[in-house]
Amino acid sequence: MPFIANFPFFCILITMFGGILTSMVNNKWAFRINTVIITATLVLNGTLLMFLIKDPQYFTYMMGHYPAPWGNEIRFGPLEALMGTVFSFVTLFSLISGKTEIFEDVKTKNIHYFYIMINLLLSSLFALVYTNDLFTAYVFVEINTIAACAIVMAKENGKTLAATMRYLIMSLLGSGLFLLSIVLVYGITGQLLMVPAHEAIVKLFQTGSYQVPLTVVLGLVCVAMAIKSALFPFHTWLSHAHGSATTASSAILSGLVLKGYIIMLIKIIVRVVGLDIVVQLKAVNILFVMAVLAMIVGSVKAIQENHIKRMIAFSSVAQMGYIYLGIGLGNMAGLIAACFHIIVHAITKPMLFSSAGGLASASHHKKDWGHLRGAAYRNPLAAVAFLIGSLSMIGIPFFAGFGAKYYLSMAAMDMGAKMWVALFALAVSTVLNALYYIRAIAVIFSKNEGEIIEKHKNSASYAFAMVIFIIVNVALGLFYQPVMDVITIGMGLLI
Amino acid sequence: MGPNLFVNYYEAAAMVLFGIGFTTMLLHPNLIKKIIGLNIMDTAIYLFLAAKGYIEGKLAPIIVNGDLAMETYINPIPSSLVLTGIVVSVSVTAISLSLVQRLYRKYNTLNIDEIMFKAGQEAD
Repeated sequence: MPFIANFPFFCILITMFGGILTSMVNNKWAFRINTVIITATLVLNGTLLMFLIKDPQYFTYMMGHYPAPWGNEIRFGPLEALMGTVFSFVTLFSLISGKTEIFEDVKTKNIHYFYIMINLLLSSLFALVYTNDLFTAYVFVEINTIAACAIVMAKENGKTLAATMRYLIMSLLGSGLFLLSIVLVYGITGQLLMVPAHEAIVKLFQTGSYQVPLTVVLGLVCVAMAIKSALFPFHTWLSHAHGSATTASSAILSGLVLKGYIIMLIKIIVRVVGLDIVVQLKAVNILFVMAVLAMIVGSVKAIQENHIKRMIAFSSVAQMGYIYLGIGLGNMAGLIAACFHIIVHAITKPMLFSSAGGLASASHHKKDWGHLRGAAYRNPLAAVAFLIGSLSMIGIPFFAGFGAKYYLSMAAMDMGAKMWVALFALAVSTVLNALYYIRAIAVIFSKNEGEIIEKHKNSASYAFAMVIFIIVNVALGLFYQPVMDVITIGMGLLI
Repeated sequence: MGPNLFVNYYEAAAMVLFGIGFTTMLLHPNLIKKIIGLNIMDTAIYLFLAAKGYIEGKLAPIIVNGDLAMETYINPIPSSLVLTGIVVSVSVTAISLSLVQRLYRKYNTLNIDEIMFKAGQEAD
């Protein structure tokens, strides 16, 4: 096994140690150490990705050199490396762009604790992406929950505390269901590692007498992950948590935290249970129905919203619907499209949140449409980023969101009744997306009568991060084929 | 299905407990009782695991007298899973309780609906 196979383990470990280091230093150094560590994980994941693109294969990394049924394993291929790279990238630039606001919103004595939580969060996300063990996944799901709640409540005003409580309760309900499903899998198969569990499940399924327990397990996993990633009708916590937290937190929460669970769900569907068994047990149909409803309800809620960050949060609900639509279709093309949309959304939504933060700070930190009128002239860079992000989310050609919608509708072909529902939902949701994003763009680009424009001065770090976000978004929109190729190869190797 | 329910009465009891905990956590307006619900829910899963791991008439997996035969002992993995699970549930209980304390100091109530109502009226 080449040395490069250690990289995922290094990523998980250095982010954890980063948490310990940042607890001991002052705020400035906490930011610096954090940036260095996340850059290091970006480099490690990026190198791994390059290596695996050149030579697509799967590595099974034994923790502590204990072989399969006893030891804990990390298992990864191109898809996992790609997700890891995207996660490092998005965290890094969300933190850089949100730095000023973190230092304003969080109490001075607590800022380095905020960075500890970011480190823990990233570490648990890497673990969710790379792990091959169900119980390890559960432990890291809980770490992820705690860290995510901590970065929501970092602002420490009444609204964020109440939002955190709501988020925490929903998350813990989800974790409880997830733990129960893992215990049931263990009870049925006697395995916690994903690949041996898959072999046992295939054998049990062939005997024909385990249909009910397997359906229960799948239903529990689907509902647990749906709660945690805010799929309709479990989306009620999302708009409060993402809408009221500090900008960097909102960006990371909706860009990454929701995705970690979906990747886990995809791994369980493809690797643990097997896609054909999942389709035969009809578990994906529940996800399909909820996804279609999420796409429409999320957009309608976003139209009604008067607060820019909550509008973007409700847009996340709709976008989660797109991702689950891909999973709910129950074919490989759908899963690949879902993975692509995970990446598109992970890159676009943090940019939208950061630009909304920039527009708000140019408008006396007010986030309703009345105060945001004409914000584009006060902060042109944020406005350009917002424009690009919105166009991508609507699905205009030459932007990343278009590719995702295209692949989703292609995946829906030949799926019988599901095709018509999926295509109809995509069309309606696109129109609704366009309604609220175009209204937002119109408001921020329309000048107030007789206003003397005061240019808001962006900090250098904000400007740098926004430029990088814009470049990556445009690049992904223009050249999505290579990314799709990596996902397709990775998905084939995931089993 | 019917007879199995009585053979596996530990598991059945665990599921009933899980349901009680889950509904309390989801529906009860009092925050402290919600957290009690969380603990009942987690404990139910530990009961389920312990019941699954126990084999009638066998010993706890601690080697005494140098007896290494697998048949002497019960399955140790569920017990270790329970231990890990307890650690996790203690930490989430701790964070929930500290959050409840903060909310109580701020709003002087433990009723989640009242807290949400009051928080909703604040500016951000």
